[in-house]
Amino acid sequence: MAAQTGKVNYIELITNGIVKENTIFKLALSLCPSIAVTNNLKNGVLMGVAVLFVQVMVNITISLMRKIIHPRIRLPIFMLVISGWVTITDMSMAAAVPDVYKQMGLYIQLIVAFASILARAEMFASKNRIAPSMADGIGMGIGFLFALTVISFFRELIGKGSVWGMPIVHTKPLLIMILPAGGFFAVGILMAFFNWIDVKFFKKGASAHH
Amino acid sequence: MAEAKKEHQLIVSVSPHIKSEETTSRIMWSVTASLLPATIMGAYFFGPRAIFTVAISIITAVLSEYIFQKVINKKTTVSDGSAVLTGLLLGMNLPPSVPFYIPIIGSFVAIVITKQLFGGLGFNVFNPALIGRAFLLISFPKLMTIWREPTAAFVQLDAKTTATPLGILKEEGVAKLMEVFGDKINLYTQLFVGHRAGSIGETSAIALLIGAVFLLYRGYISWHIPVSFLSTAAIIAWIFGGKGALFAGDPVVHLLSGGMLLGAFFMATDYVTCPSVKKGQILFGIGCGFLTMLIRLKGGYPEGVMFAILIMNCFSPLIDRGFKTKVFGAIKQTKEIKK
Repeated sequence: MAAQTGKVNYIELITNGIVKENTIFKLALSLCPSIAVTNNLKNGVLMGVAVLFVQVMVNITISLMRKIIHPRIRLPIFMLVISGWVTITDMSMAAAVPDVYKQMGLYIQLIVAFASILARAEMFASKNRIAPSMADGIGMGIGFLFALTVISFFRELIGKGSVWGMPIVHTKPLLIMILPAGGFFAVGILMAFFNWIDVKFFKKGASAHH
Repeated sequence: MAEAKKEHQLIVSVSPHIKSEETTSRIMWSVTASLLPATIMGAYFFGPRAIFTVAISIITAVLSEYIFQKVINKKTTVSDGSAVLTGLLLGMNLPPSVPFYIPIIGSFVAIVITKQLFGGLGFNVFNPALIGRAFLLISFPKLMTIWREPTAAFVQLDAKTTATPLGILKEEGVAKLMEVFGDKINLYTQLFVGHRAGSIGETSAIALLIGAVFLLYRGYISWHIPVSFLSTAAIIAWIFGGKGALFAGDPVVHLLSGGMLLGAFFMATDYVTCPSVKKGQILFGIGCGFLTMLIRLKGGYPEGVMFAILIMNCFSPLIDRGFKTKVFGAIKQTKEIKK
């Protein structure tokens, strides 16, 4: 975690959220949306973008207010800030992309309850200056967006034989992949895959410590 | 001198001291053998296509186990026969005329996802063959419910498709079933011999019973699960199976059709996924029978054995904990001792 003073390594802050502390593949947080909305690529990407936006804005806001929030009431304040930004996202999406919003409106509203957003507000933004907090938000958000994109890409490809609505594979699709059960399969297998890559290529010998 | 010394040496080893002749592989191969009569009957009724389906299923199961264990640097355990058994059970649970890729996907899911990813034989939570089938049924709902009429002849390759007895019972009722099979005696005989539409290995009651008697005689399975499973299902079928009135159902039709016998004797009794305490096994069987009949009579699917066993598999650890055997010699803590 970056200190209050001294030089901040922004690249490390951003990649931390994407690789080392990826919300879904590493921390296994916010698994509900990763299964509920990822049955096609479009929904997955839009959800990821919504979360990225909320995460960055919440981190910035909390960081701005960190000196005036009393520690005892910090959680209600965090929740108010998060729900404020989620409401903004929710209404913007309802206006801009009404057809997608019809399908996933409920899950956009559920961003309020995402453990990952509250966790970053509590662990990072409330202790750091604005710029690092923003970088952290971008990293975590992109990590989430990346996870949702990968999951929904494979689920749509295998479950429907299409990518972003365009049919690509013309064999019989594995219908289970776009059903909720297939979401668990996809998340589990991808989680195992990314952890395997991590252990195999990035932590030579370091895995013995765990 | 050295020999005399050896004679007086005491060998200290950890328990268990009495070891049985049985090994995992011997049990697996015996169960596989006990399933052969039913498979042969399936091949006889549904022709070479059925043999092809079962063979692909077994080959894929063995290959996926071998390749997966090679990839993750584990000792290959193909020779213990569990992969062959899983492949055979999955093949027996498929409709005879499925395309070739169906058993391949099913076996892969059964072995790699259900068994190996959970840690291999002995660690799987669910029955691998049944998960394979559930995966297929959900993924390919149309292909997995095309049933062929039994032909009993190897020449007639393009047999007619038809509904299973349970399918008829669900969609059109008992009257239609009687119309298809003639009278009640004929219906029972056909079901008993296995001359009906259904999955490859589930149709022939007599062949399945021969295998089951062999397993019971050798002590590889105990009576607890099959008896409680079948009797619960029979009682529920008798009470609630009839249209309109209570106690008007036909338990025999329900017991002999669908995968009831195959499930009760060969799938629910899987050592890994059923409770190991005998009292718990009875509860497990009752649960299976109840859920099967619930799905058959009230659910969306005509057949419920598969989902019933899978649901009860989840409860196995809980049941085992609930019926924990008393430690030998342990004193039950009563109020008097507490004083």
